[in-house]
Amino acid sequence: MSNSEIPTTAIEISRAVRAGELSARTVIDAHLETIDSREGEINAFNIVLADEARAAADAVDRLVAEGGDPGVLAGVPLAVKDNLCTRGIPTTCSSRILEGWRPPYDATVVQRVAAAGAISVGKTNLDEFAMGSSTENSAFGPTRNPRDVSRVPGGSSGGSAAAVAAGFAPLSLGSDTGGSIRQPAALCGVVGVKPTYGLVSRFGLIAFASSLDQVGPFSTTVADSALLLEAIAGHDPLDSTSINDSETGAARSLLSVLDDGVAGLRVGLVTELMGEGIAGDVAARVRQAADALAAAGAEVGEVSIPALSYGLSAYYLIAPAEASSNLARYDGVRYGMRVDADTTAEMNTATRTAGFGAEVKRRIMLGTYALSAGYYDAYYGKALKVRTLICRDFDAAYQNFDVLLTPTSPTTAFRFGEKTADPLSMYLNDICTIPTNLAGHPAMSLPFGAGTDGMPVGVQLLAPALGEATMFRAAAVLEAAAPALTEALR
Amino acid sequence: MSVNLTHEPIEGEHFHIASELTGDVWEIVVGLEVHCELATVTKLFCGCPNMFGDEPNTNVCPVCLGLPGSLPVLNHQVVELAMRLGRALHCSVEPSVFARKNYFYPDMPKDYQVSQFDRPINVDGWLDLPDGTRVGIERAHIEEDTGKNTHAGGSGRIHGADYSLVDYNRAGVPLVEIVGRPHIRHPEQAKTYIDELRAILLATGASDAKMEEGSLRVDANVSVRRVGDPELGRRCEIKNLNSLRSLGRAIEYEARRQVDLLESGEIIKQETRHWDEGAGRTRPGRSKEEAEDYRYFQEPDLVPLVPGAEWIAAIDAALPPMPAQRRTVLAEASGLAVTDTSVVITVQRDLDALALAAIAAGGDGRRVLTHVEHNLSGDGAADLDALLLAELVQLELAGKLTATQAKTVLADMVVSGRSPEVIAAELGFEAMDDSELEGIVDGIIAASPEEWEGYCSGDDKRRGKLQGFFVGAVMKATKGQADGKAVNAILDSRRNAAS
Amino acid sequence: MSERLSRDDVAKVALLARLELTDAELDTYTDQLAAIIDHAADVAALDLADVPPTAHPLPIENVLRPDVIAPSLDRDEVLSQAPSVEDRRFRVPAILGEEP
Repeated sequence: MSNSEIPTTAIEISRAVRAGELSARTVIDAHLETIDSREGEINAFNIVLADEARAAADAVDRLVAEGGDPGVLAGVPLAVKDNLCTRGIPTTCSSRILEGWRPPYDATVVQRVAAAGAISVGKTNLDEFAMGSSTENSAFGPTRNPRDVSRVPGGSSGGSAAAVAAGFAPLSLGSDTGGSIRQPAALCGVVGVKPTYGLVSRFGLIAFASSLDQVGPFSTTVADSALLLEAIAGHDPLDSTSINDSETGAARSLLSVLDDGVAGLRVGLVTELMGEGIAGDVAARVRQAADALAAAGAEVGEVSIPALSYGLSAYYLIAPAEASSNLARYDGVRYGMRVDADTTAEMNTATRTAGFGAEVKRRIMLGTYALSAGYYDAYYGKALKVRTLICRDFDAAYQNFDVLLTPTSPTTAFRFGEKTADPLSMYLNDICTIPTNLAGHPAMSLPFGAGTDGMPVGVQLLAPALGEATMFRAAAVLEAAAPALTEALR
Repeated sequence: MSVNLTHEPIEGEHFHIASELTGDVWEIVVGLEVHCELATVTKLFCGCPNMFGDEPNTNVCPVCLGLPGSLPVLNHQVVELAMRLGRALHCSVEPSVFARKNYFYPDMPKDYQVSQFDRPINVDGWLDLPDGTRVGIERAHIEEDTGKNTHAGGSGRIHGADYSLVDYNRAGVPLVEIVGRPHIRHPEQAKTYIDELRAILLATGASDAKMEEGSLRVDANVSVRRVGDPELGRRCEIKNLNSLRSLGRAIEYEARRQVDLLESGEIIKQETRHWDEGAGRTRPGRSKEEAEDYRYFQEPDLVPLVPGAEWIAAIDAALPPMPAQRRTVLAEASGLAVTDTSVVITVQRDLDALALAAIAAGGDGRRVLTHVEHNLSGDGAADLDALLLAELVQLELAGKLTATQAKTVLADMVVSGRSPEVIAAELGFEAMDDSELEGIVDGIIAASPEEWEGYCSGDDKRRGKLQGFFVGAVMKATKGQADGKAVNAILDSRRNAAS
Repeated sequence: MSERLSRDDVAKVALLARLELTDAELDTYTDQLAAIIDHAADVAALDLADVPPTAHPLPIENVLRPDVIAPSLDRDEVLSQAPSVEDRRFRVPAILGEEP
């Protein structure tokens, strides 16, 4: 079977594999071949697990031959962000400090996708410890955007987004703390979902900012993201912040609502995220998306969420504060890198100084400052209160709207080095994606045509907590109405 | 600095240090912080065994090793035990949250400690000491223990060690930190406080409270002030107190050190000091490499703990009576003061149920407790039949057994479980009636005129000596069957008659 | 509103975070962090005395697990990941300074 005959979506692959019409091994071999041909150029992976993937595919095929059911992701190649723990397989967070570390356990989501029959083809590159918006902060070199290799894929889950965009795997897992799934999805022209905080287990996700981090899917289609999210969502007793299944039923039933349409759905266009700082072509595509929803029967209106203007500041205090504590454990004692010295304190310092990259150091110091005596109230304490304001403003907006529509990223994919000199300009990339993390709400990005540079534009749908089903309904409508990448702006 | 030993302590209810230099009298102010490991099966946030003394690094998992990606989940039994302890200490149980205390130390796998900071589970309680002092409890909160460092090379201690080895079996073991208010005024009182707290920890099942295994660890905040001064002095925190003896000695040493400094016009530097048992002194801790700044913030991996009223009520209903309450009950039943040594000791030995039953069966309270205090310290005492103890006391009161005989009979009762009457008859203890005893006493007086003269006219000292002579002679003549008190009474009445 | 983040502030947080900075790095980080902190001035300037903090997006309480033993890790697997091991323990250089 030639590559062109392999289905491109996870839903089609798993259906064919479960039906015995297609062997998982064939699927994996084809994808490994694609990886072979283009990975050198893209650098989506920190490690490609070719042998392991073939062995796992053979096991799926044996199970099917024996009449068993490998699960809803049977034989589907899947790329895993390299901040998710994989037992016995190097897990680096794209940091020197974890180089060589082989976790003695699997993340819950890794267990769940394996149990559903998915086949991991590799661990994907990211901005070190998921801190960044371009993967330029990876210690192992940046990932390149498959649509234009002179441009960044976005970040921090740039490798996972690029892997899907390049056809290395129809599905990948990423993590989203301030936009790290949605922004690269937008820049690479794929679908990316940040679920409601607590819908997907964080156990085994190496923490960046614990109160904001959430694992989610990448795919080429809305339905495939629904499929993968259904497979990974659900309560995990190992994660205290995981929501009980009794409360999440609707948020876990997504495939069944994709054809429900948006008739009568109230869609709010967020005015704060349509003006200053948003590129004209991006804003135009978002308006076009709003029109598409209206054409499909949605009631589209404008909504103001005033507290959003403080989101970026609050985020860049809260996330670094949590990160400064989460990253203290990389001290050279128990695992990973060590730079030796005469005393333990000096060894800690030498290890961390050599092991962390500049952006990670910047955020650790920023967070340490925000929490330190004398500054806590002015910075971290204030940021937590702003978080309350943002939650309140969202609540008010959701009184009148079922979903909100915004750009995902202020611009299309930028070029390497464009923003690395000025951290603040890089941080401004996250302005549209950060607020939902602060509120813990779900959000997703899906491609909706191209900008004037021909690069993909992502539009973002937001919904209240556990509003995934509504969000996916709107996404399915937008997907059907999305202009081709080649279609010029009106 | 040498310690000026001219300050002689004035013993009493308060431990005062009187200065020969200035004539000032100083008092000690002590507040104790106690860390105790909770007696759970598993650790605070993971399912690893909470077990002392296992092979190094065997009771570890991703959570208690702080491996990247691991997350904590709170142990139900930790909350149960912490609340039991809190309620036994009369604390109010409050909605609480966990926080991270950030600092680097190799025995701490995450380089932060999960603890309760501004919203602890138990607040505002108290503990009543046997001497009647009520010591306030500021808070009793939950936190995780650290691993254990073994220092290798050099002296084997932290200073001068070439390197250290870390075992994380203890990392993540649940602790409760009980922060007492500075209401302690005497080194002995500090020891009593720990004894009392241990009894409560054992009664609630919260901890095995073994200082020698480190499951109960004490830090003492010590300051001094001139008696009458309402202001608290600047305090030092004393660590490394591995026994009650160390605790008492360290407080006394530290107080003298501070008085010395203050009298020389110096000021006390607020610092952590370490007790050196061998040298018998406290030493300043090594200065930190960086300023302390723990950057506490709410632990985002855990959710708030809000025990419902039902849970708290169930704990209250199931709590056994605490020592202070048991002393009060026993004091009421026996007619003795709640601070009476025999009351305190009876409860300490867990023999108050026996004593209460014996009193209820008609045994005289004071005599019952006197027996418990002096004659029932060994094994088997708890199994003694209270009715038989009451019988023994009644025989004694009726004059049918002397105190000495009763002690002998009681020892037999503990071993054999037989009735006191049977034992007394077997031993040939017979009641000696008063006239018989009087005859014997009078005979001895007549046979020892010189001694009798001295007894009647001598000073107290001489009389005391000769009293011993007469009682001894009577005991000899009666083969120990005479009641010493009765002999004294007869001697007294004869002396009064003679004068 | 506090004063602008200084070079000393950055040196202090680097020490707390166990990071060593060269003089040039100290200058660069001071500029960059000060710019970010300045951007956060809008938040620091807000009067939010009556607003409660939100430390966490979830309204969940009382998540507890039963006091039941779960398997621990294999010691050899654990120690195989350590940079230095001796006598079944993790080996570290001399520890100066007392535990807080």
